[in-house]
Amino acid sequence: MTSRALELSGVGKVYPPPTAVTALAGIDLVVDAGETVAITGQSGAGKSTLLSILGTLERPTSGTVRIAGTDTSALSDPQLSEIRATRLGFVFQQFFLLEHLSVLDNVATGLLYRGMPGKIRRERAAEVLWEVGLESRTRHRAGQLSGGERQRVAIARAIVGRPAVLLADEPTGNLDSTTGAGITELLSGLAHDGTTVVLITHNAGVAAAMRRQVALVDGRIVADSAALGSVV
Amino acid sequence: MPSRLRFPDAIGVATAGLRSRRVRAALSALGIAIAVAAVVAVLGIAQSAKAQLLAQLGEEGNLLTVASAESVNGRTVPLPLTAQPMIARIPPVRTVTAVGSVDNVTVRRTRAIPTQQTGGMNVLAAQGSLLPTMSAHMLLGRYLDPTAEHYPVTVLGYEAAKILGIGSLDTPTEILLGNHYFTVTGVLAPVSVAPEIDVAALISFGQAEQVFAREAGPSRIYLRADPDQVAAVAAVLTATTVPDGDSDVQVRRPSDLLVARIAAKGAFVGLFLGLGGIALLIAGVGIANIMVISVLERRGEIGLRRALGARRRHVATQFLLESTLLAAAGGVLGIALGVLATAVAARLGGNPVAVPMSAPAAGLAAALLVGALAGLYPAARAARLSPVEALRTL
Repeated sequence: MTSRALELSGVGKVYPPPTAVTALAGIDLVVDAGETVAITGQSGAGKSTLLSILGTLERPTSGTVRIAGTDTSALSDPQLSEIRATRLGFVFQQFFLLEHLSVLDNVATGLLYRGMPGKIRRERAAEVLWEVGLESRTRHRAGQLSGGERQRVAIARAIVGRPAVLLADEPTGNLDSTTGAGITELLSGLAHDGTTVVLITHNAGVAAAMRRQVALVDGRIVADSAALGSVV
Repeated sequence: MPSRLRFPDAIGVATAGLRSRRVRAALSALGIAIAVAAVVAVLGIAQSAKAQLLAQLGEEGNLLTVASAESVNGRTVPLPLTAQPMIARIPPVRTVTAVGSVDNVTVRRTRAIPTQQTGGMNVLAAQGSLLPTMSAHMLLGRYLDPTAEHYPVTVLGYEAAKILGIGSLDTPTEILLGNHYFTVTGVLAPVSVAPEIDVAALISFGQAEQVFAREAGPSRIYLRADPDQVAAVAAVLTATTVPDGDSDVQVRRPSDLLVARIAAKGAFVGLFLGLGGIALLIAGVGIANIMVISVLERRGEIGLRRALGARRRHVATQFLLESTLLAAAGGVLGIALGVLATAVAARLGGNPVAVPMSAPAAGLAAALLVGALAGLYPAARAARLSPVEALRTL
């Protein structure tokens, strides 16, 4: 039995003047729970906008977005914050670690807005750091880590709350290919635990590591491996 | 389960934000500290000085004077001889003393000093009841005793002794009153309500009449009345002093001088508090400036927190708390500096250290208010930032 983790129907995004750019048009996309999806495309194809809309960081100008069956278009800003805090995890190309905090505290920040006591947050963070292989780095400052380690910390922070969906924006974009391969492996491994992973990438190797590939051109889906290579 | 930020966590997030920019935070807090220190020190120093004046006012508030307001050829016309005993019989009057001005008699150290050089000093005939009535104290030696009626001895006011350069009576000291030498037996401590005593050489009424041929009768009468009857006594003093009403007298309440002095100090306090307020305002603008820069620099962090589930309100709270904590830290430091400054100033001025409890409280409240106001705009800006916009910029 699979359930729908994410469901986009007729989603469009037009930025207001003066740019008036149409970033997305008529996107229909269903992602089942536990799927791993790579969204590929050139710069400006609308990948980042699509990921932002999937992550409720941005609202579409048309169409509906459902997250675990809930239509998000009618939700208020605090309600969207709640969905982000409880159901979604984010990983960014620039990591966005808090440099002055320890690795453990950076990961624990992933649970900050769930209102959990600090002790429990740190316990969970320590468990997740063990999962991503950074148990020896918990007390280091984020600034003391290598690029690959930093992205592992960011992934640990994203999954510490056990989100149903992990959204990653070019997670290997700032890493060399060996380090990037390790990160890709870590992300695709999350699907074994039932986490849905959607990532954006330029890198064909990273895309191939995901079970499904969706290609965007000029804000439209032009290829979806789930549709057996059919071209729209 | 709505997304929420526990209050201890909010404090933790805000202090972590400040710790990550220590120098900048310390400098902005220093601005607040200086302003708050100024406010606390002004209040504290004023209060210390006022405490002494108020204590005096408590002692001097019931003192009244009656003085002759007429003079002929530069000589004061004395009050009637009946005036002092009549005043003493007004029921609420507790003690009475009289002085008589000995006009046109100079006070000099030696004959070598020209007579024109009076130093603003004069000679007063005084009674034994002067000390208790004026609540005056001897600084050196002893006061005029009954034998002073027959011998040329004098007691100097505080300022007079200073002008004449008499700091010790260990060796017999004589001064020249007119053309007659008088032995100094004592020096009075300052008498704040009667500055005319401070610049006088006091001799007995007997000597004033024998040596300087002074007309009998006092020129000024000092009296103390029951504190709640002062106005009533003042109202009947003129009629009691000159029942026939054929000469002018002046009735005064010398403590009015102290009240005026306290008011004058109050006026300066207002001025300095105003300046302190302006300093606080400038420090607040500094904090607002730093916080706006901080919001611009930390757009990525703001975007991340929104992605992690922070509401706009949580982001606003974080920045508001940061600026308020910054100002509070400055405020606490400022209070410590202000109390220290007050203690040093009071010690130098010889006043008791009296920091009113309201000063630190007002200082801290002002700091918190300034911090919160300074944080409002940056916090609103941070909260308004759309998550995508915040994440896009690095």
